[in-house]
Amino acid sequence: MVSCEEAQVICNKNQYREASFFEKIQLMVHVLYCKACFKSSKKNKGLTRLIRKANLHSFSEAEKDYIKQRLHKQGES
Amino acid sequence: MAKTELHPETWVDRYADYLFNYAMVRVGDEDTAKDLVQETFIAGLKSAKNFEGNAAERTWLVAILKRKVIDHYRKSNTKKGKAEVRMHFNAESGQEGDWLEAKAADPYSIRENDDIENRELGLAIHRCISLLPENHARVFTLKTIREWSTEDICNELGITPSNLWVMVHRARTSLVECLNENWFKDS
Repeated sequence: MVSCEEAQVICNKNQYREASFFEKIQLMVHVLYCKACFKSSKKNKGLTRLIRKANLHSFSEAEKDYIKQRLHKQGES
Repeated sequence: MAKTELHPETWVDRYADYLFNYAMVRVGDEDTAKDLVQETFIAGLKSAKNFEGNAAERTWLVAILKRKVIDHYRKSNTKKGKAEVRMHFNAESGQEGDWLEAKAADPYSIRENDDIENRELGLAIHRCISLLPENHARVFTLKTIREWSTEDICNELGITPSNLWVMVHRARTSLVECLNENWFKDS
């Protein structure tokens, strides 16, 4: 038996496909009897779906650092 | 209402990704979008003294970015022939997809707004991410958008995997709430 906290961690890992087969079974069993976790894992899955649909973009850390440097120089001159 | 002050040193971390997505929606090319965001920050810094504090920082930056996008299209429009509509009526014409009718929108489609909706969705998600505590936002972005492995993030930020999952969990919980509030209610 896993606790709700453990179930949540597994559920989050599962959103990134990092939950093991055994963990997935533990989660499935847990949500059978825990309504709260059943609901929250449903929402969590929904969030993953939304994010995938949105096709998000993000600067890499290096690019951000580069822009920061440029702004910094600009600010001094 | 209190006057807003500008904090240029926090701009990149707080608004770069939001503005990037905003620009991507409008120009559709990653490199162009990145350039426009950079120009926006620089222009913002230059005209920071003219900022009157009546708008939120992000709104003000978005206004600058809008001008940059318009300028971008003006520039590309001067190159002749860009606006030309091309349809190929070559030797294989008559094949499926070559007829104008095949290119027209399906009037019964319920999916025609999907694209626009997804773009708006991207902005809503980024707005919610920018409300997260900075370290949660960082971990979430690396993990979810840049799709780094757990191991790489832990090495880069010097945290343990269990730290990481706690942060991911907090971030995802707040995002679900934020999107419920700002996305599902509006639509």
